[in-house]
Amino acid sequence: MHDKTISQLSSSLQSGDFSSVELTTHLLDRVERLGPHLNAFVTVTSELALEQARAADQRRAAGDAGPLNGIPIVHKDLFCTDGVLTTCGSRILDNFVSPYDATVVGKLKEAGTVMLGKTNMDEFAMGSSNENSSFGPVKNPWDDTRVPGGSSGGSAAAVAARLLPGATGTDTGGSIRQPAALTGITGLKPTYGRVSRYGMVAFASSLDQAGTLTRCAEDAAMMLGTMAGFDPRDSTSAEKDVPDYRATLDDSLDGLRIGVPAEFFDDGLMPANKTAVEEAIRELEKLGAKISEIHLPNLGLSVPTYYVVAPAECSSNLSRFDGVRFGHRAEEYDDLTDMYKKTRGQGFGAEVKRRIMTGTYVLSAGY
Amino acid sequence: MSLSRNEMNNIAHLARLEIAEEEVTAFADNLSRIIDFVEQLSQANTDDVLPMAHPLDMVQRLRADEVTETDHHQKFQQNASSVEEDLYLVPKVLE
Repeated sequence: MHDKTISQLSSSLQSGDFSSVELTTHLLDRVERLGPHLNAFVTVTSELALEQARAADQRRAAGDAGPLNGIPIVHKDLFCTDGVLTTCGSRILDNFVSPYDATVVGKLKEAGTVMLGKTNMDEFAMGSSNENSSFGPVKNPWDDTRVPGGSSGGSAAAVAARLLPGATGTDTGGSIRQPAALTGITGLKPTYGRVSRYGMVAFASSLDQAGTLTRCAEDAAMMLGTMAGFDPRDSTSAEKDVPDYRATLDDSLDGLRIGVPAEFFDDGLMPANKTAVEEAIRELEKLGAKISEIHLPNLGLSVPTYYVVAPAECSSNLSRFDGVRFGHRAEEYDDLTDMYKKTRGQGFGAEVKRRIMTGTYVLSAGY
Repeated sequence: MSLSRNEMNNIAHLARLEIAEEEVTAFADNLSRIIDFVEQLSQANTDDVLPMAHPLDMVQRLRADEVTETDHHQKFQQNASSVEEDLYLVPKVLE
């Protein structure tokens, strides 16, 4: 069962080969056996999952089952989940039980998915190796001496290890795409504004975007179709209709022009990665796309720009973690300012502190 | 550029972050390197570049000034470390 994709599982559930409860039980067993070694999970929600699976089976029996009904998934531990621990990989949130669902979580729940748990991640999504989690590093299931990438490393490892067919992730500066590449699965960062950010713990709001980690494009299309769409609770949510992504998967690419930025193929590119990208380009060409070399002369400025924008937004967004309304509070302190400082000093890891201070410098320089 | 320990302590204070005395130098070195790295942005010619607020060319949405949220303070306050009579408690600020 665990080797099937979401679309295959969807057909099997519909034709009655097995129930969602049977599928969920099988995957929970794998999560319990293999999850701890990979350290892919922060929380496993076994009881809740079985309850949701039973409800999904009942809906199917009543003839009310959409394509994702009864499909087990996991959420990166950055999405707020009503009544379930939401840590963002940080000590400062290690006791935070979210009082509401993120829009993405709510939409996937409404579509009948079964949540098996919350996945490990770099603290506040700051990292590219998943070594920056206060719950310890995640291992790459293909070789446990290697990192799975980050920050959505737990989601990527869980999907790659066939613990689950699909997971949510978030991507600010590569946090879905890079772990997907490092674990050999399909990762998609949608266009900014396509998926609601409501209920995602914010890192850099102008760059954060929720997406999917799955084993193939069809599964990404199924999950994204459910997750995407306008949300009045996200001020930068795009007011655009969501197409049926799955319907066009087999269309020819005739007439599609794809630009390949020459600057990406510089000396810093590993030969193996270069070969893989060139193979993909040839594949797209075979499918009918026209490839043109293009130039992005300012590409070299993008990383230094990111080093200003992301930490500045991080510094502002993470000011909410003050030990007052939620999260960790220091045991001992002298006064209010000292309480803030000790709470944040104890609650944040080194990488988060570095980025907060970079952002604070950027925002305060000149004052 | 190289940030002094004093400058670093001031940044940490503005960020309300306690950092250990022995970590200050490491944080200062790291931040100094980042500042040097982003310095190249000042060489970029942005004369004809319009500021961009959103990649999709949208305008900021407005909504009617109506109450849309209901009261969930009891549920929310379950996450607080110190609450009394529905109020969040913090150390005394005024004598």
